[in-house]
Amino acid sequence: MSTKTIAHDKPVKVKRSTDDKIFFAISGVIIGFLTLIVLYPLIYILSCSFSSANAVSTGQVVLWPVDLSVMGYEKVFENARVWTGYKNTIIYTVLGTLVNVFMTLICAYPLARKKLPYKGFFTFLFTFTMLFGGGMIPTYLVMRNLKILNSIWVMILPGAIGVSQMIVTRTFIVNTIPDELLEAAQIDGCNDFRFFGQFVLPLSKAVIAVIAMQYAIGHWNSYMSAFIYLTNAKMYPLQLYLREILIMSKIDLAEIADPEAAIAMQGMADLLKYSLIVVATAPILCVYPFIQKYFVKGVMIGSLKG
Amino acid sequence: MLAKFRKKVAPYWQLYVFLILPVAYILIFAYWPMFGLQIAFKKFTIVKGVWGSPWVGFKNFTKFFNAYQFESVLTNTLTLSLYSIFAAFPFPIIFALLLNTVENLRWKKTVQTITYMPHFISTVVLVGMLMQIFHPMVGLYGKAMQTINGEMPADLFANPNAFPHLYVWSGVWQQFGYNSIIYVAALTSVSGELHEAAEVDGANRWQRVLHIDFPALLPTIVIMLILRTGSVMSIGFEKTYLMQNSLNLSSSEIISTFVYKKGLGAGSANDYSYSTAIGMFNSVVNLILISVVNWISRRVGDTSLW
Repeated sequence: MSTKTIAHDKPVKVKRSTDDKIFFAISGVIIGFLTLIVLYPLIYILSCSFSSANAVSTGQVVLWPVDLSVMGYEKVFENARVWTGYKNTIIYTVLGTLVNVFMTLICAYPLARKKLPYKGFFTFLFTFTMLFGGGMIPTYLVMRNLKILNSIWVMILPGAIGVSQMIVTRTFIVNTIPDELLEAAQIDGCNDFRFFGQFVLPLSKAVIAVIAMQYAIGHWNSYMSAFIYLTNAKMYPLQLYLREILIMSKIDLAEIADPEAAIAMQGMADLLKYSLIVVATAPILCVYPFIQKYFVKGVMIGSLKG
Repeated sequence: MLAKFRKKVAPYWQLYVFLILPVAYILIFAYWPMFGLQIAFKKFTIVKGVWGSPWVGFKNFTKFFNAYQFESVLTNTLTLSLYSIFAAFPFPIIFALLLNTVENLRWKKTVQTITYMPHFISTVVLVGMLMQIFHPMVGLYGKAMQTINGEMPADLFANPNAFPHLYVWSGVWQQFGYNSIIYVAALTSVSGELHEAAEVDGANRWQRVLHIDFPALLPTIVIMLILRTGSVMSIGFEKTYLMQNSLNLSSSEIISTFVYKKGLGAGSANDYSYSTAIGMFNSVVNLILISVVNWISRRVGDTSLW
């Protein structure tokens, strides 16, 4: 063993060879370029949303806002359906995430226990659903039979347990809660319910944060189940309303004879879209840098084998 | 026999109490729909229900195989998904390898925060952004082409040939950062001593990336490739459906959107049995693919999913 080992995470300033200089220059350029490619469309949308309708329709916005204005946002917040959508999304996200986390934990805990009889069978019961499923129509028919179409339940109950999140949680419990702890607790007469409440929950805070974030983002961003199971527009989440505005509404330019009026209308409509994109995405992108570490942690736990 | 069973299970009854709700959930929301798959072999009517409808054998399946859309729907599904897999696959790996060489930790963190960001944007917003940016009249793309060519470009969303590229590259943009997390995590486990030894032997940074870092990633790369190939047939409904319009349908109609249109879509015949049969064809092929890929990888290397 060498006596002069240098810790890898503490780089010492060494004179770089020419080869290394070229390598770091090229790698720096590539990383910078990729970062810019990701960042630019986001800044562009943000800048457009803070520009005037005219600047947007004549394409003056390149990087920063032109004719700084909050007209788009005024239009967005004047719209009652945006508020309804926001309210519904918040309800579905909060309730849905609570149910998700609860169900995932009570499923993961017994499956994390080595001695559970028929553990293999129960694990298979859950993991098989990742590989095969009934598909769109049979699932729809089940919702129909349960009479939960067009109710809040259809937004919360299907998908109550994300099997991959459950496996992440199970892996975490297996790896962090030692068997000795359970044995010691059992000698003291602790039953499984108390053990779960007093030891498993507090020790699983990190993984609870991870899965709660994943579930919450999932609820916030999803439009599919609302699209298939809800027909009552008053119950639409924000994403479904966004779909109507962003994707389905296209002003037919040929119908408006006056080209200037057409451009003005198009400008206003586009400004509204940019502002709506920002309004719908800002909550997540603002919170995300603070919770980023949980997502990274989630991916890392997920890559371990339980 | 029964006494033996009781002796095995009884001490763990509390764990089964935990499992009551999760098992009920998975039976209702995952296995009940699978039971409903039988309508693929029946002539389903709402009045007679899943159980009471008469059997028709493979009629619904042959109807799909003989449908004039069959070939194009299958081709589109495979094209879109194989193109996605192969275009998207190298980016997170290259990105992680380069990111791993960055020595300025603050810059590294900033790059990670920015490149992970698009992952959190909802599909609706992503497609909305795409439509705005590629709008031939007011979008960034439109304006740029107008400046270069002096005239408005054709609408890319109306062009079936452009559809796969828009679909795949917007996906790469959205996911390459986030998908690199797993590789970045795998790289942190590469021992520093290996690098030092190589440095002493005169290897430059690029050579060390090639001969130390990259081989360290190989097991992860193999697993990810298996996962991706196994999901060839499960390409998502959400994004495709949003990007679809009557003009690009010839390249954008895939199995899952076809299933929706035949079964639930407005103006469809609501042919539940036919739609279920198409979906089932897709799921079964998918299941076979995953099993085969997993079997191969277990034979060839020792990495497998189960």
